[in-house]
Amino acid sequence: MTTRTITVGTADAPALDAEMGIDNYTINFGPQHPAAHGVLRLVMELDGEIVERVDPHVGLLHRGTEKLIEYKTYLQALPYFDRLDYCSPLNMEHSYVLAIEKLLGIEVPIRAQYLRVLFAELSRISNHMLNLGSHVMDVGAMTPNLWLFEVREDTYGFFERASGARMHMAWFRPGGVHQDVPLKLLADIGEWCDTRLPRLFEDAISLVADNRIFKQRNVDIGTVSRDDAVAWGFSGPMIRAAGIPWDIRKSQPYDVYDRMNFDVPVGTKGDCYDRFMVRVEEVRQSARIIKQCLAEMPEGPIASLDRKVVPPLRGEMKQSMEALIHHFKLYTEGFHVPEGEVYVATESPKGEFGVFLVSDGSNKPYRCKIRPTAFSHLQAMDFMMKGHMLADTTAILSAIDVVFGECDR
Amino acid sequence: MSAPHPKYASNEGVIEAAKKALGKALLSATEKVGEIRLDVKRENIVDAMRTLRDELAYQQLMEIAGVDYPDRAERFEVVYCLLSLTRNHRLRVHVATDEVKPVPSVTGLWPVAGWLEREVYDMYGVLFEGNPDLRRILTDYGFQGHPQRKDFPLTGFVELRYSEEEKRVVYQPVKLAQDFRNFDFMSPWEGAEYILPGDEKAKAPEAPGAPTPLKADEVKK
Repeated sequence: MTTRTITVGTADAPALDAEMGIDNYTINFGPQHPAAHGVLRLVMELDGEIVERVDPHVGLLHRGTEKLIEYKTYLQALPYFDRLDYCSPLNMEHSYVLAIEKLLGIEVPIRAQYLRVLFAELSRISNHMLNLGSHVMDVGAMTPNLWLFEVREDTYGFFERASGARMHMAWFRPGGVHQDVPLKLLADIGEWCDTRLPRLFEDAISLVADNRIFKQRNVDIGTVSRDDAVAWGFSGPMIRAAGIPWDIRKSQPYDVYDRMNFDVPVGTKGDCYDRFMVRVEEVRQSARIIKQCLAEMPEGPIASLDRKVVPPLRGEMKQSMEALIHHFKLYTEGFHVPEGEVYVATESPKGEFGVFLVSDGSNKPYRCKIRPTAFSHLQAMDFMMKGHMLADTTAILSAIDVVFGECDR
Repeated sequence: MSAPHPKYASNEGVIEAAKKALGKALLSATEKVGEIRLDVKRENIVDAMRTLRDELAYQQLMEIAGVDYPDRAERFEVVYCLLSLTRNHRLRVHVATDEVKPVPSVTGLWPVAGWLEREVYDMYGVLFEGNPDLRRILTDYGFQGHPQRKDFPLTGFVELRYSEEEKRVVYQPVKLAQDFRNFDFMSPWEGAEYILPGDEKAKAPEAPGAPTPLKADEVKK
C-alpha cells in the first residue's frame, strides 16, 4: 500500500503522481487547527474522504503539573488546578480540595459548601457555553456562538466579583472558600438566572436544536454504544449520552449536592447530537441548582474554623498574636496532611475529574495524580471516527468537549 | 458531620468478598480513610482484574496511576482505580514492580487501559507486557528519561529555544540563571532532617582558631 503525507494548509502540496495510484494517504490535522480546540495533532489515514484510522498525538501542552505539585505545599499547589481545564477552573479545584479534606477529615461549614456548589454550577454553565457555542460553530453556524459568549462573559463577571480574578480564581480552599461573597452578587446571580440566562441561552439553542443542517451534521455521527462507553472509561455527558444515567453529583454526592433537586438527562443513541442535547439540558439543570442554592444558603462562616488548616482573617491577624503565628505558619510551612492515599472524583462539566493524592504526612503531596476526563474520551476517537467523513472530525471532537490544559497536564 | 467528599456505597463486606474471589492472588486488603486498597501479585493482575470486573461488578477502569518509592526493593507502585456503576462503589488495586519487571497489561479487559498504561510507561518507565502500542504519550518526540521518577530533577535536563541562525527549534542543556532552590519550611523542632546553617560548628571538634599574635620583640625586623 502506498502512503503519502500531505500537510493540510501548505500551498505547494505535491501534485499526485498518476503512476503511484491513490491508495490511502495520511494527513495531519493540527497541531494548529481552529477546530482542534487547542493543540491536538491527529494523524489520520484517509481513503478518499473516509477516515480509516486516527492516531491522536497529545502532550503538546504538557507542563509537568503533577511534578510541580510535588514540590509545592498543599496550598501553593491549588492554583495549578485552575490551569488544567481553564474553561471550568472551579470544578478542577473542587476535586483537589475535597481530596485534601478527606485526608484531613476536616468539617466544612455549610455555607461554604453551598457557595462551592453554587460556583461549581456557574462554571459548569460557563464551560457548556463555550463548548456548545464552539460545537455549533465547528459545524458551520456562527450566530449562536456569539450569543452564548455573552452568557459566558456574564459568568466571568460573577467570578471576578467573588474572587477578584476572571479565569484563575483559586477560590476554593481546603476547608471552605477563600472569601465570602457580597450579598448584591448573590442577588444579581439570582436575577441573571431568571432573566438574561434563559433569554440568551434559549434563543441561541432554538436556532440549532431543531435545525435541519445541524441535525444532518450531528445525528448518527460518532455513535457509541452503552457497552463501549463503559469499556472505554467514559464519564460525564459522554456516558449519559450513551444512555447510562450516571452522574457523580447524584450517585456519590459531595458538598450539598444531596440536598439539591435536579434531573440527570440521558441520551438514547449516543451520537454527537445526543451529547449536544445532554449538555443543553445540563445548563438548565445547573440553573435550577443555582436557584436552590441561593434560596437555601444559610449565614455563617465560609471556611473551617480549624486554625491549623485555614488561615485567620486579616483583621483578626492584626489584633491577636495567636492569629499572627497561625497566619505565618500556614503561609510558610503550610499544614501537614496525615499519611494516606485517596482517590476523589467529582463531576466536572466534562466528566469524571479525579485526583489521586498520596500523602506522606509532610506539608507537600508525595504524589498527586490527576485523572483527566479527556484522556479516555480522546482515546476512543479512533473507533468513533472509523468510517466517517473527514468533515465529521470536527463534530466528533467538539462533542467530546476536550480541553488540552487538562488532557496534557 | 464529616468531610464533604463524594460518598459512595458502604465498604462493608467488600474486603471479605474480594478475599474470597481473588484467593491467593491477593497479598493484602486494607481499608484506610474510607477507601479500600487491594494489593495484588503482579503475575496475577489480569486474572484478578477480570474477576473484579465480571464477578464483583467493577465495570469501569477510571485511572492507572504510578507512584515511585525509591527506597523500596520494587520501587514502583501501579494503582488501578476501579468504579462499579451498578454497586456505586470504588476501590483501588495496587501492584508493585521495578524498572525491568513488566506488569501484564489489562488492555484485553479494558481498551481504555491502552493510553493509561502508556502514560505510566512514559512517566515512570514501567513496562507493560502485552500493551500493543507502548509509546511515549505526554512527553516530546524523542524525549529521554522518565520525568515523574523521584530522582528526575524538576528542571529536567534539556531546554529548547528557537534558533535564529538555524531557523528551527534547538535543544540544549538546561542553564539556570540561579541555582534551583527548594524551601521546605518544616519546623526544625519537628524533626527536619538537615543541619540548620551554623549548627555544624557546634558538633565539630574545636577549630584551631587564629594564630597568637607575635610579640613586639619577636617580629623580624
